[in-house]
Formats: sequence, structure tokens, C-alpha cells
Amino acid sequence: MDILGIPILSFLIFFPLAGAIILLFIKKEETIRWTTLAIALVEFVASLPLFFKFDSATAAMQFLEDWWWVEAYGISYKIGIDGISLLLVLLATFLTVLCVLCSWTAITFRVKEYMISFLFLETGMIGALVALDLILFYVFWEVMLIPMYLLIGIWGNPQRRIYAAIKFFLFTMAGSVLMLVAILVLYFINLKATGRGTFDVLELYKLGIPMGTQHWLFGAFALAFAIKVPMFPFHTWLPDAHTEAPTAGSVILAGVLLKMGTYGFIRFAMPLFPNAALDLMPLISILALIGIIYGALVSMMQPDLKRLVAFSSVSHLGYVMLGMFALNTQGVQGSIYQMLNHGISTGSLFLIVGMIYERRHTRMISDFGGISKVMPVFAVFFMIVTLSSIGLPGTNGFVGEFLILLGAFQANIVYGVLAAAGVILGAAYMLWMFQRVMFGKITNPKNEGLKDLNAREIITLIPMVALIFLMGIYPKLFFSKMDVSVEKFLKDFRGKVEMKADLPAPKVAEIKK
Amino acid sequence: MLDLVWLIPLFPAIGFLINGLLGRRLGKGVVSVVGPSAIGLSFLTSILIFFELINKPPSERLFEKVIFDWVVSGSLQTVIGYQIDPLSILMALVVTGVSFFIHIYSVGYMHDDPGYARYFTYLNLFVFMMLNLILANNFLLMFVGWEGVGLCSYLLIGFWYEKDSAANAGKKAFIVNRVGDFGFILGMFLLFTSLGQHGIWTLDFTEAFANANKLDTATVTAIALLFFVGACGKSAQIPLYVWLPDAMEGPTPVSSLIHAATMVTAGVYMVARCNVLYNMAPIAMAVVAIVGVATAIFTASIGFCQYDIKKILAYSTISQLGYMFVAVGVGAYAAGIFHLMTHAFFKGLLFLGAGSVMHALSGELDIRKMGALRKKIPITFGTFFIATLAIAGVPGLSGFFSKDEILWMAFSSGRGHFLLWLVAAIAAGMTAFYMFRALFMTFFGESRVDHHVAHHIHESPKIMTVPLMVLAVASIIGGYVGIPHVLGGANHIHEFLAPVVGGGAEPVKAQAIFSLISEAWAAGGGAGGHSAALELFLMAVSVVIALIGIGIAYFLYLKNPALPRMLTEKWKGPYRLVSNKYYVDELYQFLFVNSLKRLGTGLWKGFDEFVIDGTVNGIAYFIGWLSGVMRKMQTGFVQNYAFSIVLGGLILAVYYIMRAFF
Repeated sequence: MDILGIPILSFLIFFPLAGAIILLFIKKEETIRWTTLAIALVEFVASLPLFFKFDSATAAMQFLEDWWWVEAYGISYKIGIDGISLLLVLLATFLTVLCVLCSWTAITFRVKEYMISFLFLETGMIGALVALDLILFYVFWEVMLIPMYLLIGIWGNPQRRIYAAIKFFLFTMAGSVLMLVAILVLYFINLKATGRGTFDVLELYKLGIPMGTQHWLFGAFALAFAIKVPMFPFHTWLPDAHTEAPTAGSVILAGVLLKMGTYGFIRFAMPLFPNAALDLMPLISILALIGIIYGALVSMMQPDLKRLVAFSSVSHLGYVMLGMFALNTQGVQGSIYQMLNHGISTGSLFLIVGMIYERRHTRMISDFGGISKVMPVFAVFFMIVTLSSIGLPGTNGFVGEFLILLGAFQANIVYGVLAAAGVILGAAYMLWMFQRVMFGKITNPKNEGLKDLNAREIITLIPMVALIFLMGIYPKLFFSKMDVSVEKFLKDFRGKVEMKADLPAPKVAEIKK
Repeated sequence: MLDLVWLIPLFPAIGFLINGLLGRRLGKGVVSVVGPSAIGLSFLTSILIFFELINKPPSERLFEKVIFDWVVSGSLQTVIGYQIDPLSILMALVVTGVSFFIHIYSVGYMHDDPGYARYFTYLNLFVFMMLNLILANNFLLMFVGWEGVGLCSYLLIGFWYEKDSAANAGKKAFIVNRVGDFGFILGMFLLFTSLGQHGIWTLDFTEAFANANKLDTATVTAIALLFFVGACGKSAQIPLYVWLPDAMEGPTPVSSLIHAATMVTAGVYMVARCNVLYNMAPIAMAVVAIVGVATAIFTASIGFCQYDIKKILAYSTISQLGYMFVAVGVGAYAAGIFHLMTHAFFKGLLFLGAGSVMHALSGELDIRKMGALRKKIPITFGTFFIATLAIAGVPGLSGFFSKDEILWMAFSSGRGHFLLWLVAAIAAGMTAFYMFRALFMTFFGESRVDHHVAHHIHESPKIMTVPLMVLAVASIIGGYVGIPHVLGGANHIHEFLAPVVGGGAEPVKAQAIFSLISEAWAAGGGAGGHSAALELFLMAVSVVIALIGIGIAYFLYLKNPALPRMLTEKWKGPYRLVSNKYYVDELYQFLFVNSLKRLGTGLWKGFDEFVIDGTVNGIAYFIGWLSGVMRKMQTGFVQNYAFSIVLGGLILAVYYIMRAFF
């Protein structure tokens, strides 16, 4: 499938970049905003055929493109999607549109640079999600980093934006450097084993790696991804980054960037090093569980709305990791679904916080109270999103959470029970926050004259709410796309784990004998 | 017609959407038509379906209708699907019927509220969710309704959200219910996975119950207990009852509909629905019965010392729900459902009556500031009086038949026990006492009404009194569908429910906690050969106990109104304990709320900021410090560099010389 003669995935990667270049030649801020919106919309519309033309019957990579990039070293420009990445790509193009909309009046200076950063970021996100070559993936992975760094550092909150931006950059960098080393080691192992140098993931999946090495390599990949997710105890960059970033930055950070971590596990770390993943399953599951409970408890006590949502992300992403490492159909499907859900619910929460921040220039919960009275429309949206985040049946959050809990329960009853207990805390911190912001009498006179949502804001939120219900009521629409891919992922994983005996794994094997 | 079962929940859903999206624009007139008529239509549909169902032979009274696939993932295949059988249609009739009249009543009661459209939006959504809970043909959809009604309860308790107490009560209800839901969801998981081990992956009722015999007793017991945790949350049983008294912050028709007649009975319905599982788990049943009877007497005692009319009714509701759990806990599922139905009539009526009193007294709730209202608001008084007679178990009214059946089954069923009967019978006497206390203080004696309020007192408009009268009639005749055989009745409701819940409790001897005592009791001739004479005797005893309760209330609150105060003066300690609801709320606040908050703060400040960020920033400072030190070496003075070179050379020279020699 081509658009303007360019294969669709390449188009999706490079169209925002081309758009960014066009922006360079525009002077008027208003025109820049409209142009960016148009670019983001075209990009989103162009990504829709992926959904409709996607063949749900096959687990093979689709819309595949494969060219040499640096042939001498086996680096290729190989991109494609399967049921796992399809929905994430759509989430990225979808959220970018909303991000442009919610930045409309919030960004008042250097609008051009801001919009260029955003489009650049979109290129990075799409690229990282469709890349099937490790070097290509690594390049896009790093490409995402720079615009996000700028978004926080320039358009962030004046007080602590530099600290937050550098913290974000260094945390992510620390992980990804090790990953790069691991990628190179993997290349040489493969070169030795097959005589062919390649960074093609699909080729490398087939490689049998000795156990000891596998652990090291998995560790390097897992660290990079765990920081990005972020998993406990690597999460402390997240509250700072979220709090200081502009609204759109928080939305895209929560919505897509964090998913790069979880996606990295399912696309790279787990299928490349299945035995190591299996060995470390208890560790990762326990860290995920700690994240669920810890994130919820810390979130409960936050005085700052954005920090509260940020810690709730730690909790929610804990569910995603737990489901993924349950290594059964319900767990993994729930995990992927929850990635999307989190993008939508938490993305919406950040949009909503941004909307009152724009009005009141404060994010402190104690500055609010009684807002329902003056902003009834806002209250409805906020309530729906809160319920989605709590995982109320009928909303998207329930489907994902239910499957993850069921998957975890099947993998290990204790995990299932503990994670289900986290659901109680989820209701506690969200409803308490909602009550303090929205209910009660208006005590702060500054809140009395607040204007309800305007048309642009409503238009931003309506698609989110529609998705919340669509995904909650008719999840089959989305599950049917990922079914086969997830089954294949699990089958391959199990297959490789069972082949363990054939691998040169002297130490483990000898001890067992 | 059966095929159209989806219409029953559809009408309230449409009402919800119309009122929710357009309500404020359409105005009160349209909302008042849409809200009640949506429920009226589903009541009508339920009636039609009911008649179609009873025209079929009892064995064929099961019909399922799948609407669409819902969560489908690997071995988990769930659907949105509805099921009509005697149990679900009976519940649907009660829910839609009572809801319909409460909706009509609300049109009058809420008329001047600025949130009128919002109110009916929530109310219709509630009925929709409740119908999903009842009509679901699988556990997962039931859970949707289960949490959905919880949501509506949250929204309606906190309807007047500007009041902090209302907002707090709503949140408390939601979170306490979440604790229950935690049990429900784990019960589902355990059922799903343990049936899965036998190759049956299902959450469908029919399929799961048909295969339940494949499971061992321990597993079934665990499943049944987990589900019961859910029931304790929703139906406000010990230890999760604490949210229901606070829930009285909501508008009174809401208390009537959600917190008396329908939602809170969902737990009883659920246990009855899962009777196959409970029958296999005697220990779980014993737990259900014991928790039920303990709740019944414990909360009845709290009812003694409350002065807020709605709080009295709330504790009474919890207590009556305890009765229903006693019934289902001894295997008398039909009796439990029977009481659920009669309770929906008389307790719904009591709340509406309380609402009518509040309406007359400009919102007054304190029965110490009432009195002598019977002449001023005669219809409210008359209907309230009927409902009080019914709940007290006075013969001839609905409550008598259903409560008496529970007491009899608690005694005579194979899983029953004399002690269960005794405690339940005493609680019945207590109920009669505090209900008549409320009745006397509200409607009899001297007026203690504030004189500002006194000359406004007026009977409620027709739109409110007609529902009162309808429910009063139901409170009287509702019991005649279940007249016990011993009184020459046919007990239709038993027969009707038999295909779902079995023919009452089978005299299977429990191997549970009671077994030893039971056997001793039976050996003593107590439980042997439950004769008609014994049943009549016990019936007479329970009537006498109820009359004693009424008599004491009469003596204390009509004859000697000064006496109660003297008694409370004399028994200060116990009085304070009971009137403070045994300090359970305070205990929970301390144990759970405060400690979790402290833990959260500790983790945040202590671990997140100090340990993790401390380490990270520490590394950063260390590197900064190190580079600061290194920087000092690069001074830019050639002499310094030259000195370093010479020094280095010297050290190297010394090193090699030493090595050469040693």
C-alpha cells in the first residue's frame, strides 16, 4: 500500500519530518499552528489504512519494507508491523493530533520550534515502533529523546524544568548506552554462529544464545526498557519529567514514550532472550507488583495533580509489566490493551489537568475544590476519565485490567491476589483526588469565575471519551487485530524455552544433572 | 417475547442517554416523562415476559439470549448475554416495579432541585446497571452490573456534592465496595481457572454450575467465600457494612431505591444465583448464615440509639439483609428471595415515608424534633404505619410471612440450628422495638417540632403519596404469594423458584461447624420430626417476641416519655458505646485510612525522595565533585605541567630502580 508512491510506513515516518521542514518557512504563529494541525491530521488519516487493511489472520510482519542501509555491516532499513505494534502506531498518530490541539493557547513563545520538535518526535515514535532492525530501532529510540528533552527544558515549568529535562535525559541515556553495547554483542554472536552479520530482528530471533550471555544481554536490554517504562525503582525521573513538561509533553510522554519501554520488552528483550526472560520472570513480576502498590500509595499522598497522575502511571505500568510476564494469552493481550488504555486514560488526565492549569496556573490540589459547580461539562469529562483510570467495567480500563489480573492469577495466584488488591487503592487515590478538586464548596474565590470548557477543548476530549467507551464495550474490534500475533509470540517463546536443552548452557545443565 | 429480553435493560439505557445528553436543554417536563416512563416500559416488558415464562412447564423456564461477544482472549470467551429464568425475572419484576414507583415519587420529591436532569440520568443508569446485574447470563456481565450499580450509588450518595459529608460518604461507599469487589473478582478467577483445569473454560452460569461437581470441596469453599466477600460489600454485612449508614447522605428516594429495595440485595441474589456452589460448600454456607445473623442482631442494636430517622432505617436495612443471608446460608434460597421481595416493598415504603416526613418538615431528620405528625400528614402516617407493622412481623402482613419462613428454616433446615433461630428471633423483637420507637416518636406523642417549621407542615402532593399507597398495598399483600403450607397456603414463590434454587433446603446434614451441636440437638429430640405443631409453636413464639418489642416501645416512648432519658443517664457507658456505633468507623479510620496515608507519605518522602533520588543525585554530585578535583590539575600554567612531568618521571625511575635491585 502506497501513499503518493511512498510505501505507507515510510510515509508515516517521514511525513512529519517533511512537515517540520515546511514549518521552517512559515512566520506567522497562527499559520504555524494550523499547518501543524493539518500535518498531524493528514498523518493520522494516513495511518488509518493500517487498521483497515491489516490482515488479522497472519502473524507475519505486514506492510514490510526492507532495503539495505549500510550493507557492509548488515544494517538494513527494515520496517513492518504486526498485531502488537499496529495499535501502538495508531495511538501515536492519534495522540499527536490531540497534543497539537491542546498546545494551541498553552504555548506562547517559540511556537515554531515547539511544533517542529513535536513533529520530529512523531517521526521518532513511529520509527521506533515499526523498526525491525536493531540499529534502525536504536536510531529512532535516540531520535525521540532529543525533542522530548527540548520540550521539557524549554517549554516546561520555569522553576525546575532544567533539572527535570536533564534527569529525563540521563536516566534514559544510562539505559540505552548499555543496550547499544548489547546490540553489538548480539551482532557478533550471530556473525560467529551463522557467518552473516545482520541486525535484522527477525533473523536474530532464530539465534540460540548461551545461557550466561543471554542473561547479560537481557539485563542490558531490560534495564534500558525498565527505565523507560518506568519500573520501580527506576521511576523517579517520571514524576519530575511529567510535572515540569508542558501538557502536550506529558500527554505524549505518558501516552507513547513510556510504551516504548513495554513495547521494547515484548518486541526485543523477550523474544531475543526467552530463557533469560523466563529466569527473571519472578524478579520482574515482583518489581511490577511493588510498582503497582507503591505507585498507588505514593500517588495517594501527592499534593500536586500532575505528580499524582505521574505516580498513578507507575502503578498502571506495573500492571502492564505484570501481565506481559504472566506469559499467557490473557496476560499478554491484557498487557498490550492496557498500554493503549493507559495512553488514552492517562493522556486524557494530563489533558484535563492542563485545562485547569491554563485557567488557574496552579496544579496544587489544595487550590481547588468545588469546581463541579462552575465547570459542569468539564466535570463530566473528568469523571469519565477518572472512572476509566480506575478500571470501571464499561470503560477500556476494565478490560485490560481484568485480563492482566486473570493472566497473573493463572501464572501465580499470589501475584494475582496482590495485584487485585492494588485495584482497591486505585479507586482510593483517584476518587479522593477527584473529590478534593471537584466536590465541596468553592472555598478559593479565584475558582468562582472559572469558565467551562471551550469548543476546542471539548473537541480534544470527545475522541478520547469515545475511545474509552468503544474499547470498553466492544474490545473485540481491537483484540481481533492482535490475537494471532500474540499467539505467535507466546508459541515462539515457549518453543524457544523448551529448546533450552539444545543450547550450550553447560553450567545450568550440569548442575541439574 | 422472551427473545426481547434485551428490551428490559435497553429502555433505562435510552432514558439515561436522553436525560444525560439533552436533559438540561429539554427542561424538567421532558425529563419527568422520560425518566419514569423508561422504567415503566421495562416493567411492562418484564410483566409480559413473566407471563410467557409461567405458561411454560417449570423445567423449560430457562432462556438465554446472547447479544454480542465481549472480552474474548484465548480461553476466555465472554459475551454480553441475558438470561431469563424464574429467579432473574422475579428480581426484574421487583426492581423495575419498585423503581418505577420511586421514579414517580422522585418527580415530586426532587422537583425544585437544580440537578433535576442529572438526578434522573443517574437513576436511569442505576436501573440499567441493576438489570444487567440481574439478567446477566455470566459472571463477568454480572460483575459489570455489580460495579455499575456501585458507581451509581457513588454518584447519587454524593449527589449534593457541595456538602463535604455527602462527597465523603460517596467515596467511602465506592471504596468499601471495591474491597468487596476484590473478593468477587478473585472468586471469578478461581472458578475460571479451576474449571479450566478440567478443560472447561467458562464464566457462563449454566455451564459453570453444570460442571461445578468436578471441583473439590476445598476449591468450591474458597470460591464461595470469595464471592461472599463481594456480597458483604454490596449488601453491607459485617465487616463491610460501614458505608451504608453514611450513604443516607443521598436524596431519600435514592436511599429507598438503591440502599433499601434493590442494590443492597444484590449480594443475596448472587448467593442464591450461585446456590449450586454454596450447596457444595457447607462451611461457606455456615459462614454466610453466621455473618448474616451476627449482622442482624449487631446492627439492630445500633438502631436502638439513633435519632436520625434515615439512619434508623439504614441500620434496619442492614439488619434485614442479615436475615436474608441467614436464609440463603441455611439453604433456604427461596425464603431469602421471598424476604428480599417483601423487604423491597416495606423498606422502600419506609424510606419514601421518611422522605415525605422530611418534605413536610423542611428537611428535618431528627426524630427528637418530630412527634404528633399523624394527623397532619395522614397518608404518610398510614402508609408508614403499615410498613412498620410489616417489618415488625405482625401477622397478616408481608413481612410476617417472609420473616417467619426464614426463622423456621433457620431452625428446621438441615443446615439450621436452634441458636440461629434464637438470635434471629431476638433480633426480630429488637427490630419491632426500634421501628415502633421511630414510629411513636415521629407520629405520636407531643409535637416537638420547631415552631418555625410547625406551621409549614403539609401532606406531600399526590405524585408522592400515590407511590406510598401502592407500596403500602404491596407491603400487605406481597406476602400472600408465599403463605406457608402449615397455614394452609400454597407457597407459590417456592414452587416458582424451585427450578433454579431447588425445592428449599434439603435436609442434608451439614458437616460444618454446627454438625456436632446439631446432632446433639437432634438426639435430644429437638430437631427431629419437624412437626406442624412445632412450626406453629415457633411461629407463635416469634409473634410474641415481636409483640413484646412493640410493647416495650409503647411503654417507653408513649407511656413514659421521660423514662428513656433516665435510662440513658443511668447506663451512660453502654449508651455511649452503642450510640457511637461501637466506634467501628473510628477503628477503621485508624487501622486502614490513617495507616495507609502514613505509609504513602513514608514511601514518598522516605524512599522515593531520600533513597532513590538521594542515590541518583548523590552520584551526580560525586561526579561533579570529582571533576572539580580533576579540573584543579589543569591550571594552564606550564610550570605546573613541567613539574608533574618531572615528578612522574622521577616516580617511574624510582620504581624501575627498585625493581632492578629487589
